[in-house]
Amino acid sequence: MATPVTVYGPPLSTAVSRVLVCLLEKDVPFQLVPISMAKGEHKKPDYLKIQPFGQVPAFQDDEITLFESRAICRYIAEKNPSKGTMGLFGTNPLVKASIDQWLEAESQSFNPPSSILAFQLVFAPRMKLKQDEALIKQNEAKLVKVLDVYENRLGESRYLAGDEFTLADLSHLPNTQYLVEKANRAELFTSRKNVGRWWDEISSRPSWKKVVEMQNAPPQ
Amino acid sequence: MALKLHGLVGSNATFRSMVALIEKDLDFEFVPVDFASREHKTPQFLARNPFGQVPAFEDGDLKLFESRAITKYVAEVYANKGTNLTFSDPKKLAIQTVWMEVEGQKFDPASAKLVWELALKPIFGQKTDDAVVAEFEGKLAQVLDVYENRLTESKYLGGDIFTLADLHHLPNIHYLMGTKVKSLFHARPHVGAWCDDILSRPAWLKVVDLLPK
Repeated sequence: MATPVTVYGPPLSTAVSRVLVCLLEKDVPFQLVPISMAKGEHKKPDYLKIQPFGQVPAFQDDEITLFESRAICRYIAEKNPSKGTMGLFGTNPLVKASIDQWLEAESQSFNPPSSILAFQLVFAPRMKLKQDEALIKQNEAKLVKVLDVYENRLGESRYLAGDEFTLADLSHLPNTQYLVEKANRAELFTSRKNVGRWWDEISSRPSWKKVVEMQNAPPQ
Repeated sequence: MALKLHGLVGSNATFRSMVALIEKDLDFEFVPVDFASREHKTPQFLARNPFGQVPAFEDGDLKLFESRAITKYVAEVYANKGTNLTFSDPKKLAIQTVWMEVEGQKFDPASAKLVWELALKPIFGQKTDDAVVAEFEGKLAQVLDVYENRLTESKYLGGDIFTLADLHHLPNIHYLMGTKVKSLFHARPHVGAWCDDILSRPAWLKVVDLLPK
């Protein structure tokens, strides 16, 4: 019986939730260790030993300590090829190349504007910080261009990397959830037929619904 | 020729993929993309890279974009050719992947901005924004502090051999070494030594040779 793996950080964190949904997709049992950002726990020396940038998540199993959510997801998918959802990271090098391509697109093109928007529209108000209207406009414009590319792509294939759900799609769940459900920006996604269809499908997966439940649960 | 790299001489992302092909001793055709005539926005090019960016890559029928997906593909599929650029042991590969993500998520955003302000804007006759430079020097310094610690424990970022985790840094470091930001690297002894090491690799020198003198 496998020892549960450990994930450090709050489920509300987009990067933490990226790892959680991957673990759920792969049926890998885990325990979540809360890190109170408010109390500065992420900057304490013991935590910096496992995550030198003082960010969340960090990950440990019985063999290794890792950080960077997309590196953790790749490790989980590759270590557990026969568990849970198959093909998350591909079964041969050609498929894997396509997944890597769209995972990089998420990381380099989708993540920057969507992260800034999620922060400005959802987190800044919660933290009582002043919103930067110019930054919001600038990043909406960037995100729209990316979603136009996705709209074309998702007219050619059911998911980003091909006809199966992969890490490339999974990686988009956290930021999009905030923009659609908490930032009043659903229209960016739902006004695009293929992107809207894709968002409905991936966000309805039981694994993601479970993560959203964890995000909405009252703090322990 | 089966392998083709479509790109722009001097583009960080193009050079990132190119140096990997050269490290692997692969025969490839470099196909310049004509930005002046907006070739990168034509339907033909968008079919290769839907974001209208460089590089784009072909290996026979396989088409790929995103420089770091191209380097990974080449490192894995041509594992037995040229320099080994990636660990095969799963645990070592996981650590290498962590530092590849650090480059993509932390080093590149900070350094690319400085490359633009200090190395490229002058070439295009545009004015450097000193406030932006100061802000991003601060961000880069924080990243390099983590690198300094890492490189005291590990010969290369991803582990005990040169891998993609190091290679992905080459274009931005090369440009910044021609600016005042080079002091940020040299102020940190392990980072400075690591930069000297990777910048002197023959494959990188071949890439640099393509730049106008």
